[in-house]
Amino acid sequence: MSKLIEELEQESKAIKAKHPSFGPGDTINVHYKIKEGNKERVQQFQGTVLQIKNVSTNGETFTVRKISSGIAVERIFPILSPNVDKIELLRRGKVRRAKLYYLRGRKGKSARIKEKL
Amino acid sequence: MSGIIGKKIGMTSIYDDNGQSIPCTLIEAGPCVVTQLKDVETDGYTSVQLGYGERKDKNTPKALKGHFAKAKTTPKKKVVEFRDFRQDVDNPISLGQEVTVGDVFAADDFLDVVGTSKGKGFQGVVKRHNFGGVGQATHGQHNRLRAPGSIGACSFPSRVFKGLKMAGRTGGDRVKVINLKVLRLMPEKNLILVSGSVPGAKNSYLILEK
Repeated sequence: MSKLIEELEQESKAIKAKHPSFGPGDTINVHYKIKEGNKERVQQFQGTVLQIKNVSTNGETFTVRKISSGIAVERIFPILSPNVDKIELLRRGKVRRAKLYYLRGRKGKSARIKEKL
Repeated sequence: MSGIIGKKIGMTSIYDDNGQSIPCTLIEAGPCVVTQLKDVETDGYTSVQLGYGERKDKNTPKALKGHFAKAKTTPKKKVVEFRDFRQDVDNPISLGQEVTVGDVFAADDFLDVVGTSKGKGFQGVVKRHNFGGVGQATHGQHNRLRAPGSIGACSFPSRVFKGLKMAGRTGGDRVKVINLKVLRLMPEKNLILVSGSVPGAKNSYLILEK
């Protein structure tokens, strides 16, 4: 990549540095800004990180999966989006894959992830 | 029409205030030098000729050297003429003057970008002219999924019309994309960030028009 583009993307590194570093298998809580008309409020989304895509580009996103009243919900967040207010790292998971697609077919006991200590 | 000459650096993306990701292209634009001023009296029309990019002295023909010497500047690689260059009435552009990206564009402006598209080689009609292809893989079709179909009638006219869309060399054409937005302007670095994509390969020359 061109040096000039790297320079331009330096700003995004600063935005990324504001959040704790996390990876697949970790449990995080994402505070996401939502605009309703003129009002702005913060919504929280807590779950397991399934994957991180397009790493170290401006289009980097991460997928969070949670079970909400019996129904699994996955949300994809762009990490550099100004709407991502805050990310809390709650628990580090011990996993052996970068993409945890295998969790999608599982629930309950078999969908557990060991904690990394 | 005013404008400036630039070079494509590459693409990236940024987020706007609403959190929308916008694909954008970084362009190194200018600084250009005014190499010739044309007016109605001598040339029949008014225009400003700009030069951009350093050119080696030994690779410059003598005729061009003389042309650049008139503007008291070094030989330039790319020379482009802009007809009816918009300029201040009180502060008109003079020969040999430097034109930077900040002089021509402001943030949130819309501009057109002209470039030479990437060469694609010999391509069929589906890629070259957006033909639909045959559309069915079964029902008797055999190995002609991307064929052009009929190219004309029979004994009348007994020939194929000129300009009929057929396979051939694709790309490498002059292409203009219109209404790209200036997302960010960095005049101190001679850089401009525009929304969307622009024709051509990295490091190819572009004409930015306003």
